[in-house]
Amino acid sequence: MSTAAVALQLIPSRPPPVATEGVLPWLKRNLFSDWKNTLGTLIVLAVLVRYLPPLLNWAVFNAVARPDNAACRAIGHEGACWGVIAEKYRLILFGRYPYEQQWRPLVATTLMVVLIAASCYRAFWKPWLIGAWVVVLTAFFVLMHGGVLGLTPVETARWGGFPLTIMLSTIGLAVAFPLSVLVALGRRSRLPGIRTLCVLYVELIRGVPLISVLFMASFMFPLFMPAGWSIDVLVRVQVGIILFSAAYLAEVVRGGLQALPRGQVEAAASLGLSYWQTARKVVLPQSLRLVVPAIMNTFIGTFKDTSLVTIVSLYDLTGALQLALGDSDWRKFFLEGQLFVAAIYFVCCFAMSRYSQWIERHLNTGTRRK
Amino acid sequence: MPATEPIIEFAKVNKWYGQFHVLRDVDLNVAKGERIVICGPSGSGKSTLIRCINRLEEHQQGTLKVDGVELTDDVKAIEAIRKEVGMVFQQFNLFPHLTVLQNLTLAPMWVGKIPKKEADERAMVQLKRVKIAEQAAKYPLQLSGGQQQRVAIARALCLTPKIMLFDEPTSALDPEMIKEVLDVMIELANMGITMLCVTHEMGFAKSVADRVIFMDQGQIIEQNSPVEFFNNPKSERTRDFLSKILAH
Repeated sequence: MSTAAVALQLIPSRPPPVATEGVLPWLKRNLFSDWKNTLGTLIVLAVLVRYLPPLLNWAVFNAVARPDNAACRAIGHEGACWGVIAEKYRLILFGRYPYEQQWRPLVATTLMVVLIAASCYRAFWKPWLIGAWVVVLTAFFVLMHGGVLGLTPVETARWGGFPLTIMLSTIGLAVAFPLSVLVALGRRSRLPGIRTLCVLYVELIRGVPLISVLFMASFMFPLFMPAGWSIDVLVRVQVGIILFSAAYLAEVVRGGLQALPRGQVEAAASLGLSYWQTARKVVLPQSLRLVVPAIMNTFIGTFKDTSLVTIVSLYDLTGALQLALGDSDWRKFFLEGQLFVAAIYFVCCFAMSRYSQWIERHLNTGTRRK
Repeated sequence: MPATEPIIEFAKVNKWYGQFHVLRDVDLNVAKGERIVICGPSGSGKSTLIRCINRLEEHQQGTLKVDGVELTDDVKAIEAIRKEVGMVFQQFNLFPHLTVLQNLTLAPMWVGKIPKKEADERAMVQLKRVKIAEQAAKYPLQLSGGQQQRVAIARALCLTPKIMLFDEPTSALDPEMIKEVLDVMIELANMGITMLCVTHEMGFAKSVADRVIFMDQGQIIEQNSPVEFFNNPKSERTRDFLSKILAH
């Protein structure tokens, strides 16, 4: 080895170069970089030029917003008839709930939506939130059902529209989720009895369509009840939705459990943690965050699947729309009605989707390097 | 060797993985405060042996007593034994969703039922012992392998166990990090805690162990003091093994 030490210059850390790019270079790089890219850009532009103006004409400029049936008929295919919504929105949103009492589902649903929004914030994940849910759910049912506090009773058969959709999906998911975690843990249990039970449950429920489950809940179940006993059809349908989505969620959760390295459970065991302590403190916090996108996927699916309750004569949002379009004067404008309902579903589902991305980032502290 | 009653007693212990006979008639007594290094080729059953001590593995025949309690299917007894036995894994197995401090306080708070404040204090004492107190608020994946393994050692010490098990604690580490982990282990050894260590760090065995055990094909082939074991191995298989691992 040479003895002459080379004077080593240590290179100090420098900031990265700042990206400075104008509009034109950006356009060139992203939209017109070569002939294929340019061709694609031009095709998209041509499609927009061809179809956007007629769409806007139909939806905005020629549209009739007033609930004026004659004007709607006069405009024909040239413009949208948003008047059908102006005319029928209360029937679409609240179904067959008595017209003069519809402030009740409005207040009940608002309370529920506000609490759902509040529950999304991690800062609110405190014990009082459970209390808040008990209070709001009680208020929801008191308002909807009445019969106390001077409120006229309204039978569940007349509940409908958006409140019904929100109720079936919120309660459905709130109960199905913890149930699914238990089933997923049970499927991996060492006890053969519990394991078999959970496998049977998941495979049986997954093997049939939700429509069949709802049919059975609504028509077959009462046949097995003792004479004189009856459970409200809404409750039966709610239970059906819970059992159905819990089976799907359980498989999603099980996927998360399987992704967890065995060493995590062994480390927890070696520290003397019990099965439930290990599940609660080590296994679930890690495996659930792994499957947040898949869980939200199932949530969104369940939210939309609640529309299937129309087949057992419950009028959720889509069912109430069918009621509204039963009016022969307005039946012609079903497309506008469908778009309105679709827009409501989209807003809800898009919010869930964005929330899923946000919560995923927030839960990921520690599992990514900083 | 400290001459007291054994804290771990294996008597004719046998275990199979399916058809594979992984532990064969293992007899082993470990005295309180004894420091044992277990070595042997891959698949010889050395990890399985120490994993039986805190029942991460179940033995199928023979009896195994730890701290006077025989290990059976009794879950409560197993959980009690696990409080007395700390374990350090090859892959660290820290909980990545918890900070370093939370990793250390989890078991004391939930198993030891110690209030959070006291658990935090105890955890900081252990973190100082492994010279990593300044990292308490970080998450495990933000640390180097050597630092993670030192946190894992501190975590195992937080329940003040009577026995420490090390399952190839330096095998997953970059060479430059092995020493910082071995230094911590040597310090522990000098404190008088009972230690069983599966490792191929023969330098560690020579300087720390009271006894070196060589296993092959599920059997204890040879056990002796480090001096005798390395200078005067009795069996052909031990000589063959030593020539392979000491050659480089």
